[in-house]
Amino acid sequence: MDFLRPASWEEALAAKAEHPTAVPIAGGTDVMVEINFDHRRPEYLLDLNRIGDLYEWEVGADSVRLGASVPYTRIMEHLRAELPGLSLASHTVASPQIRNRGGVGGNLGTASPAGDAHPALLAAGAEVEAESVRGTRLIPIDEFYTGVKRNALAPDELIRAVHIKKADGPQQYSKVGTRNAMVIAVCAFGLALHPDTRTVRTGIGSAAPTPVRAKAAEEFLNAALDEGGFWDNGRIITPSVAKQFADLCAAACNPIDDVRGTASYRRHAVGIMARRTLTWTWESYRGTAAHTEGVA
Amino acid sequence: MRVNFTVNGRPQEADDVWEGESLLYVLRERMGLPGSKNACEQGECGSCTVRLDGVPVCSCLVAAGQVEGREVVTVEGLADYAAQRSCGTGACGTSLDEAKDRKAKPLDSQTGEGTQLAPIQQAFIDAGAVQCGFCTPGLLVAADEMLEHNPNPTDADIREALSGNLCRCTGYEKIMDAVRLAAARQGEAV
Amino acid sequence: MPVKGTPIGTPAKVTQRSKTKGGIGESTLRPDGTLKVTGEFAYSSDMWHEDMLWGQILRSTVAHAEIVSIDTVEALKTPGVYAVMTYDDLPTDVKNYGLEIQDTPVLAHGKVRHHGEPVAIVAADHPETARRAAAKIKVEYRELPVITDESSATAPDAILVHENRDDHHIGHVPHPNIVHRQPIVRGDVESARERADFIVEGEYTFGMQDQAFLGPESGLAVPAEDGGVDLYIATQWLHSDLRQIAPVLGLPEDKVRMTLSGVGGAFGGREDLSMQIHACLLALRTGKPVKIVYNRFESFFGHVHRHPAKLHYEHGATKDGKLTHLKARIVLDGGAYASASPAVVGNASSLGAGPYAVDNVDIEAIALYTNNPPCGAMRGFGAVQACFAYEAQMDKLADKVGMDRVAFRQLNAMEQGTVMPTGQVVDSPAPVAELLRRVKAMPMPPEQQWLAAGEAADVRQLPGGLSNTTHGEGVVRGVGYAVGIKNVGFSEGFDDYSTAKVRLEVVGGEPVAVVHTAMAEVGQGGVTVHAQIARTELGVTQVTINPADTQVGSAGSTSASRQTYVTGGAVKNSCELVREKVLEMGRRKFGTYHPAWATAELLLEGGKVVTDAGEVLADLVDVLEGEAVEIEAEWRHRPTEAFDLRTGQGFGHVQYTFAAHRAVVEVDTELGLVKVIELACAQDVGKALNPLSVIGQIQGGTTQGLGIAVMEEIIVDPKTAKVRNPSFTDYLIPTILDTPTIPVDVLELADEHAPYGLRGIGEAPTLSSTPAVLAAVRNATGLELNRTPVRPEHLTGM
Repeated sequence: MDFLRPASWEEALAAKAEHPTAVPIAGGTDVMVEINFDHRRPEYLLDLNRIGDLYEWEVGADSVRLGASVPYTRIMEHLRAELPGLSLASHTVASPQIRNRGGVGGNLGTASPAGDAHPALLAAGAEVEAESVRGTRLIPIDEFYTGVKRNALAPDELIRAVHIKKADGPQQYSKVGTRNAMVIAVCAFGLALHPDTRTVRTGIGSAAPTPVRAKAAEEFLNAALDEGGFWDNGRIITPSVAKQFADLCAAACNPIDDVRGTASYRRHAVGIMARRTLTWTWESYRGTAAHTEGVA
Repeated sequence: MRVNFTVNGRPQEADDVWEGESLLYVLRERMGLPGSKNACEQGECGSCTVRLDGVPVCSCLVAAGQVEGREVVTVEGLADYAAQRSCGTGACGTSLDEAKDRKAKPLDSQTGEGTQLAPIQQAFIDAGAVQCGFCTPGLLVAADEMLEHNPNPTDADIREALSGNLCRCTGYEKIMDAVRLAAARQGEAV
Repeated sequence: MPVKGTPIGTPAKVTQRSKTKGGIGESTLRPDGTLKVTGEFAYSSDMWHEDMLWGQILRSTVAHAEIVSIDTVEALKTPGVYAVMTYDDLPTDVKNYGLEIQDTPVLAHGKVRHHGEPVAIVAADHPETARRAAAKIKVEYRELPVITDESSATAPDAILVHENRDDHHIGHVPHPNIVHRQPIVRGDVESARERADFIVEGEYTFGMQDQAFLGPESGLAVPAEDGGVDLYIATQWLHSDLRQIAPVLGLPEDKVRMTLSGVGGAFGGREDLSMQIHACLLALRTGKPVKIVYNRFESFFGHVHRHPAKLHYEHGATKDGKLTHLKARIVLDGGAYASASPAVVGNASSLGAGPYAVDNVDIEAIALYTNNPPCGAMRGFGAVQACFAYEAQMDKLADKVGMDRVAFRQLNAMEQGTVMPTGQVVDSPAPVAELLRRVKAMPMPPEQQWLAAGEAADVRQLPGGLSNTTHGEGVVRGVGYAVGIKNVGFSEGFDDYSTAKVRLEVVGGEPVAVVHTAMAEVGQGGVTVHAQIARTELGVTQVTINPADTQVGSAGSTSASRQTYVTGGAVKNSCELVREKVLEMGRRKFGTYHPAWATAELLLEGGKVVTDAGEVLADLVDVLEGEAVEIEAEWRHRPTEAFDLRTGQGFGHVQYTFAAHRAVVEVDTELGLVKVIELACAQDVGKALNPLSVIGQIQGGTTQGLGIAVMEEIIVDPKTAKVRNPSFTDYLIPTILDTPTIPVDVLELADEHAPYGLRGIGEAPTLSSTPAVLAAVRNATGLELNRTPVRPEHLTGM
């Protein structure tokens, strides 16, 4: 095993070009577990800790450019207003120690369906800034996840940042685990209201081979909100609409049975989370969120 | 490979480090600092918690090579770290309460007697928060850092801050007592 | 804030030998506390030696297979590798070990019987070198069908897990795949059933729990010049290890010198050997010190677990609520090797009726041999599984009779004088009804605490916690009660004794007591208590606790809630012998100066010989005059006897211990997530030698019971018998956010048979915690819930 320590982003790209099998390591929260438990022996480890650029973020007019290694703790502390869904998701990541090290770049690189950030990114709308010595490209988040623990990166590419749409409305994130802290998702759900475009977006984690959106549910809800004039009249969403939305979210799942939960439970739980997060975000949009918002 | 970094204020060098070694391994097996504990080596228990450039992290998940040129504080350096911090806030020297505490130390702590302890360390002993003690170093580093930022934590704050540190012996109640005690003493001392 | 226990009731009958500060009954602090908070306390994984090698174990990748061949050639060629050993390299004819039945191969021979069984061992100069070399060992397996449950174990054509059994249980078991069977029969169940107005039956399942101690199995073996070996190790019983290790190495016991290193928790998981023999073999083979440290993955394969169980219970009651009878069948899965299975069977059967008076009983307990992971000791030891079942039954029966669940238990509660189903008369306080009363009387935690902090819901106080699954939706509160009975000490006629060496001398003008035992301090605080006993008995303030090793006689195991009773008893006894000797010396030297030397009851107090009226007769310094008085003596509790193999009758247990819990839970009924809000406990401890430690033990035991109620389970694939979740990512134990406040009410009713009237305390709280939580979850959901742990899919019907 070789340990590559690029001092700059350019050096990192050059190293990745020269050694496409090199495994990037930033927070180490995935890679080191695999090394400690002898599940993986990469030829090269490519350390990204010395590249300060990856730890920075810029808040633009429409989006936040979030460096790949910005720790979850900082997202929670500094980007709660701009990225409420991702901020809530960050709070559910493992433990304080892990949140101090791990960042969204690692979640994307690993592309595990259980990664906590994915549903929030899908719901908010995001693009992954991937770069190689060949150049930079922005990969829409909907096209990023290509299979179980596979993503759209080319072998010589590294994730530099994620461009996430700034919230233009309430966002929520919810995750089921069998413990009250420090738990891997049995399944997770992200929801973002986008009043500017009068749309909603969703994200589902751990309930399909990849993180997915519940597109049929989004379309149904968009139409229902539109038809009822809900965006303008701010009425309470009718239970039948919420139920239909929840059922369609559950139907968007394609889960498996594993040691963390059964497929049918995952479907069921995604439905419940969809209904609850819709209630929370909608009540917030209506401005009556006092008892439903939640703090942590 | 060779790795240089600062541990508890002292520059350290490790040679012939295998590239897959963790910071935890280097501390324990190469630097003679086994206080950080190897309970799970997968970031699930917090027993190996150290401060890396001031931030609590699981040292089992930091590759040794990533620490080059950085500063690490382990449980072995916690008392000094806390002492320097209180110096920084103008509370140098020994307060009357601290002196009293030291006097009231158990008669049978002949092992390690006279050791200068951080307030959180003393509180863990006094509150009965230590049983087997394997989780203790990580909890101390995490709890000390929380009290640094949040001197008056609620119970829910304490639980959240320590939710990454597993303990199998105590049921956490005495750990809660210890953190409350350290916070209260810290409040009295200011 | 926890409710502090106010000890009332019959005060413990204790002759306070001395008023010396820091004696029994005070909450003195741990002598190892400073070392543990500074990181200087040396645990077994912290051992280090110049030039040491690292040992690595190659484990079977399949659960049941013949070993066709093992090829170590490539592994041996790896640079940095010093030794590779397999079964063929074992030095003597003793190639197996085991606590009671020596059925466990040091290294697999011809066959592997469970997933993760040790097949070969490697020593190399770096752990990674050792791992890479182990990976190069080629093992060819021919897989066999797996035995995974009672029906596959006892099928007519079942493969025998152990082909040629010659142990002492084979004569009375119905099938060679059954390790041990113990019936307990008393009264006449058939006719009692006729008198029952109500009968309830239940089929219960208890999952496989792991001790999950945080300090992984580890140790350092250092070869010695005399051909022997020095072993630094974390264990629960040094001398039991020694008896198993020495014959395999072909060494006399005095050449295997064992020293207890720091132990990172145990809970039963260190009763069996893990890496001890492997490290010694490699050290003796290479002539170099060898360190072995399991990682968490390996630790799940490196020790036995709590027996999973299937339990069938039938209880009857009259319409006024009196129990008529109990019929039960308890099937424990012992896995591939016997470990402590026979004794677990003894406990499950003899304690299977719970803390209730019932005259007509027919209980059968068996442990199976299967190809599942070996199971053995874990805190609660057989009594835990039974308690889960009988407490569920009590709720069902109370409901059927139409009585309050607590009142129903109190009506049927055993008390001092009750005859156990084994025929044993309970001859010390058994305050079962009182414990229930106390736990019920505690104030209830406030409702909806998640709203207490402000306008918005604090998710940390809700089911799901930080995962933000509910802000109050679907949340229903439930309350449940349970009580349990556990034995203390080794039972069934086992010669249960401890040894203590106590020395009294004057150092620098101050009298000092030195206590030396082989007791394994695993975190429970035995070292604290030993110092307290020495202060009380010898009236000195300075006590040194020597490290535990095999240079002193056996202290028995840190198991069965027995150490304060038995090794504490041994320390007390040796102190008394030392005191007698000191007083005799005093009489010889000073007897003529004061008549009280001959007539008064004399005590040692504050470094002086005093009369019981407080008159000082001499300074210890003058009595001892530079001499040291040292006694090493064994001490035994009163003997027990084996259970009759047909009827289960016999004086099997030396002491019983009781705890009761009230659980308050909040369940997100839609998502099936549980938050335990409070787990109140009341326990009789006889006499709290160290109240702070007592409460710590009760809270810790309670939390382990909570774990198996709602999250902890080793999941074994029924088709392959392979473990599916050997990590802390998927084997979850409670975090601080899963653990509620645990108010403890301590009752002190003396057991006159025990030193100071004390009762063993470590295990009882682990029993009743689990059924109390399950009862509370049932109360919240209305579901029957006959298995533990209860998972979200069970609560949502998914």
